[in-house]
Amino acid sequence: METVNSPILKITELSAWFGANQVLRNIAMNIERNTVTSIMGPSGCGKSTFIRCLNRMHDLTPGFRLSGGIVYDGTDIYSDPIDPVALRRKVGMVFQQPNPFPRMSIFENVAVGLRLNGKNMPKSELAGRVEQSLRMAALWNEAKDHLSRPGTSLSGGQQQRLCIARALAVEPGILLMDEPCSALDPVSTGKIEELIEELGERLTIIVVTHNMQQAARISDFVAFFLMGDLVELDRSAKIFTNPSDKRTEEYITGRFG
Amino acid sequence: MAIPTGNLKDRLFERATALFAGIVLALALLLFALLVRESLPALKKFGFSFITGTTWDPVAETFGALPFIYGTLVTSTIALLIAVPLSVGAAVFINDFAPPWLKGPVSFLAELLAAIPSVIYGLWGIFVLVPLLRDHFMKPVTRVFGWIPLFKGPVYGPSMLAAGVLLAIMVVPFILSVSREVMATVPQRQKEAVLSLGGTRWEMIRIVIGQHCIPGIFGATILGLGRAIGETMAVTMLIGNRPDILLSIFQPGYSMAAVIANEFTEATGDLYLSSLIAVGLVLFLITFAVNLAARWILTRLVAHASRGI
Repeated sequence: METVNSPILKITELSAWFGANQVLRNIAMNIERNTVTSIMGPSGCGKSTFIRCLNRMHDLTPGFRLSGGIVYDGTDIYSDPIDPVALRRKVGMVFQQPNPFPRMSIFENVAVGLRLNGKNMPKSELAGRVEQSLRMAALWNEAKDHLSRPGTSLSGGQQQRLCIARALAVEPGILLMDEPCSALDPVSTGKIEELIEELGERLTIIVVTHNMQQAARISDFVAFFLMGDLVELDRSAKIFTNPSDKRTEEYITGRFG
Repeated sequence: MAIPTGNLKDRLFERATALFAGIVLALALLLFALLVRESLPALKKFGFSFITGTTWDPVAETFGALPFIYGTLVTSTIALLIAVPLSVGAAVFINDFAPPWLKGPVSFLAELLAAIPSVIYGLWGIFVLVPLLRDHFMKPVTRVFGWIPLFKGPVYGPSMLAAGVLLAIMVVPFILSVSREVMATVPQRQKEAVLSLGGTRWEMIRIVIGQHCIPGIFGATILGLGRAIGETMAVTMLIGNRPDILLSIFQPGYSMAAVIANEFTEATGDLYLSSLIAVGLVLFLITFAVNLAARWILTRLVAHASRGI
């Protein structure tokens, strides 16, 4: 068993290909427990591909191939006995577009993950978990009086928080977020950012963003990706004030990207 | 003149297209009007009992269409019970499991089934399907479950079951292609949402179909029903053509389309002919209603999808 202070994720020599096209090159990084790490970089730098490696979301993509190691809490997630279905309960994901299930109520949307894999929990326990998840996602106060309304009746920002609640309900150790605010207005974005900071106290969050201000606001660590390479990973204060790599400096000062 | 000459051509063109559209509409109305006019003698004589009457006796000039309505409904129901699960299953396979090189050929061949003339289906049915069903399904089943009215013998071969099974094969391409299109419209992010929560592929398919595809599959089913109800040649060749209402699906029956096809040339009396046309009118109204329902469901589906998911 690993100690609490050891990194929750250790990534070594990670390379990935779509067909003949290499999209990630020898990525190595550690992710610390209960921190927020932003993956930042211009479009097409491989940042989405990277976080989708972490919950094996590419498994069904034809032509996808990967080498290297991703070790979660001491276990290589691509080793043989690992079931990707079980892994994804440990490594949750929030997507770019809010994607609640259109014919499910707010309650059912949050409960859906708890009912998967033939699991059944008593109604009262289920209701408790739904409430707890909605509270964690800062949606409880807005949604508690109409839990039976369709999830899609909420506004865009609320829908995204609903999706966060849905992901939190299965109690993952890591939450991956793929540009969670890019489809939202500034007010909703602010709420999600606040939420990320809060959640970062008790679980590990990895956020993809191409918004530097956002990365600066919410994260403890920032990783800068460029053309499939990890250029630099450091504390967010360091990256934005005194980056080690010239390319990082060029990117944050707006010379490209 | 206020309107420049260039627009005159446009206007002529517009009028011409309107004329063609009008002709199509007029033909449909004419057809309906003719059916009504020609069936009036029979409808006047028998009234509502034309639909509820169970005796079809040309010699005694007593005409009740219920056996044909019954045969049509039974064969269509059997067809849907088989074709819907088959089509939906095949659509899931093509969309979610088939390797890319297999998707094209499978869906092409499945849709090609629609292009085979129904008389060919009928021949295949007589020479292959009926003996096969008779010897390997109906006989064994009736031996064990013959006490259930639905499976009562004796077994002849031509039967409502045989016609229904053949109809199932004939409507699969229609239900399959619509179901496949409906499933293909499901956004990728909905599928990924299920997977990201730790759902299996089966759970992904189940949830996504439940969330997005039920109205579409229902519409596809009604479309298939419309085809099955109206199919004439293949059913005529397999159903056994016996105007009785029998509970056992192993027994012969008769369908609306089949009785018109078989008896039209030999309908001697005016009332006989009028009664056959009245059967046609009933068939026309039922298929019309079914197709209208399918249209309505499919448009509602489109409206639902465009509300944004």
